[in-house]
Amino acid sequence: MSATVEAQDTQVNQEELFHFDHHHTDYEGGKFGMWLFLFTELVLFGGMFLALFVYGTGEYAADFHAAGKSLNLFKGAGNTLVLLTSSLTMVYAITALQKGSKFWALTHIAITVLLALTFMVVKYFEWTAKFEHHLFPAKIAALESIYGPSDLKKAYTTEYKESGLSIAAFNAIKVDSNGNPAPAGISAEEAKEYTHTRYTRGQVIFYGMYFTMTGLHGFHVLIGVVLLLWMFWCVLKNTVTAENFGWLENVGLYWHLVDLIWIYLFPLFYLVA
Amino acid sequence: MSYAVNKPYYEDQAVVLADLYATMAEMGKTNPFFKFLAWLHSWVLSTDHKRIGILYLIAMFSFFAIGVSLGLTIRLELFWPGQDFISATTYNSVFTLHGVIMIFLFVIPGIPAIFGNFFLPIHIGAADVQFPRLNLLSWYMFMGGALIAALSLFVGYDASSGVHWVAPDGGWTFYAPYSTTANSNVSLAVFAAFILGFSSIFTGLNFVSTIHRMRHPKQKWMDMPLFVWGLYGTAWIQVLATPVIGITLALLIMERAFGIGIFDAALGGDPVLYQHMFWIYSHPAVYVMVIPGMGVVSEIIATFSQRTIFGYTSMVLSMIGIAFVGYFVWAHHMFTSGMSEASVAIFSFITFFVAVPTAVKVFNWLATLYKGSIQLDPPMIWGLSFVFLFSIGGFTGLALGMVSTDLHVHDTYYVVGHFHYTMFGGGGVAVFAALHYWYPKMFGKMYNFTAAYIGWALFFVGFNVLYGSMLVVGLQGMPRRYHDYLPEFQGLHQVGSYGSFIMITGLLIVFGNLFISLFTGKKAPQNPWGGKTLEWTECPTPPVLINFYKKPKLDHGPYDYPGEWV
Repeated sequence: MSATVEAQDTQVNQEELFHFDHHHTDYEGGKFGMWLFLFTELVLFGGMFLALFVYGTGEYAADFHAAGKSLNLFKGAGNTLVLLTSSLTMVYAITALQKGSKFWALTHIAITVLLALTFMVVKYFEWTAKFEHHLFPAKIAALESIYGPSDLKKAYTTEYKESGLSIAAFNAIKVDSNGNPAPAGISAEEAKEYTHTRYTRGQVIFYGMYFTMTGLHGFHVLIGVVLLLWMFWCVLKNTVTAENFGWLENVGLYWHLVDLIWIYLFPLFYLVA
Repeated sequence: MSYAVNKPYYEDQAVVLADLYATMAEMGKTNPFFKFLAWLHSWVLSTDHKRIGILYLIAMFSFFAIGVSLGLTIRLELFWPGQDFISATTYNSVFTLHGVIMIFLFVIPGIPAIFGNFFLPIHIGAADVQFPRLNLLSWYMFMGGALIAALSLFVGYDASSGVHWVAPDGGWTFYAPYSTTANSNVSLAVFAAFILGFSSIFTGLNFVSTIHRMRHPKQKWMDMPLFVWGLYGTAWIQVLATPVIGITLALLIMERAFGIGIFDAALGGDPVLYQHMFWIYSHPAVYVMVIPGMGVVSEIIATFSQRTIFGYTSMVLSMIGIAFVGYFVWAHHMFTSGMSEASVAIFSFITFFVAVPTAVKVFNWLATLYKGSIQLDPPMIWGLSFVFLFSIGGFTGLALGMVSTDLHVHDTYYVVGHFHYTMFGGGGVAVFAALHYWYPKMFGKMYNFTAAYIGWALFFVGFNVLYGSMLVVGLQGMPRRYHDYLPEFQGLHQVGSYGSFIMITGLLIVFGNLFISLFTGKKAPQNPWGGKTLEWTECPTPPVLINFYKKPKLDHGPYDYPGEWV
């Protein structure tokens, strides 16, 4: 917003006028708002941690324990390292800019983006490995057992659009507490096939939460990548400078939060085994 | 680009996102189409808190009209037992949408988004909110959520039966397991509520930052008007509680789409967990609906008694107290859901604590009236109605907070009656009170008092007949959410429906009066009610573009009336 306020009424004292830019340059205020936002993010993930806590410490503790073993500790630990390092380079980027080095700020933002993308690539291989072992959220698993792995994608799309397998039909293919299928509504053959996916009830929830929470976290990483690229552009174009680095700092705060959430996700999923 | 600072905020110019406006305004001098574009731009892309407040006002009262129509449909269907106008399925969708629209699109955002946006910066002597662009984004998210909610009515498709236009049903609470298994269009409606939640979070975040960072240097915390305190408490609830419902609804969508199992007993999950997570937000949200209303009524009662608010400090503490205790009482919605007896007893016990700060406020309002110079203008009538109706809502709530009585009246019309006394008699009436109180300031016109009195009287009578009869028919055993009922309830249901006709007539007169007065009303003076807060003492009517001609003088407290300590 351009800043000149022109008093058309001569009675108005120009110097006493409210300044339009007053609130746009409030560095402390910007930080304050960002911290509040991070607070809401913590509460958002907190809701899921609450659900995880309820099931992981209750009757399904053993199931969680067993399911946790199926996760790849090596990839998980590697990704933790990647994200921690990216937090470090993020701090370097901010410090470099504050000290007036545009080049090193840009370099470190770029490294941070690369590390974030590395995280996502590892995540992709992790998820693909799960799918290959027929580990899905329950509904996909049920569809897979009926349509077979090759037609899974088609099955999922037709389920919404054409076929008769609605949510109601899905509800008929529930697992009982022993991991056996409830036979209502499906043929014996389908039921037998479904048994092969071998989910216990605790494992259904474990994988459901695993895909949901790491998925939402991955979504936050992607948003972070977009924000970092935007910051790269701003630093390049001197919108964010050594004197005016509030935005970069706020993006940094966001990035640390993404890191922090992963620090909690890693032990709760990978290390419970 | 330059701004004329001495014109009303709604004329010709605006603080807009981009300078495109200036170009269009320039071209608009010769081309009427560009003139229209510039005008449109100056409204839908304005970051001015007053214009955004007006945008919210128009949007919300439109949604309110739809919500009222749906409510009227329910009352017509219930006029006689049996199926009269709409099928049972349609009835389920109608009461669900009545709830979703009224709760998420009207009462929760009502006062903060309309009057908070418009008057918060003026009350604290600021030019705008802390994050004006975020404020505009909130409005767009609000409208986006509303649009998706409307869309969910029409795009639903039930694959198992091949039926199109399956509207969402199951009530505004979307309880599992029905919501996780229903073939109706629940996912989209829930997604709409998710978006609206984020709009609410951003508004709250904005207000907390604004109050912390932008107050007039002379306005210390305990010099703030109580309306600002109400918004402050509300904003914290919005920031801290709304993400919980965001994630709960997201998990519900995931449950429906992928079967993640956490709310579905057949997959190993627990539907009661959904209720817990839902009410962890939605109970504090009840106070989001009513605390700003308490702030409004505090302003009104002080102004129209021309007397310092009684017990300012206790008013502030009780407001914060309600916001705080409100976090710890959520499970009193779930006494019959199968919690342990210990939880039931504990939550019942804590629930009674909410009554204490609420009663403090009611007594303080009454004490403010004592020996005041009371002027029964329309805003005051509405404000006192709030105290009366909300007290009834509070007392009937105590009966529900007590486990032994709750077991009998749970899921009956008694709950519906109680709920409407608090939410509509509290939150809704406070919106009308605020509208009558600040209308002259917002639009620069006075409205017709006689019509306002008649409209209020019809509303007040109709309201009590409608919701009072619900309390009685509920005690007699009428369960809620049924489109049909036993013949012995017919009398009271018809009384209730007649009440709704009277109430809606009153509403039509009230809003007709306010609308017509936009064109025919007399010009309003700067301070028609003799208020002492900044919007009356320093801000011209209607407010100018940046609220004040110059930095506002603040040499008195918000309630320093003549004859009091000054």
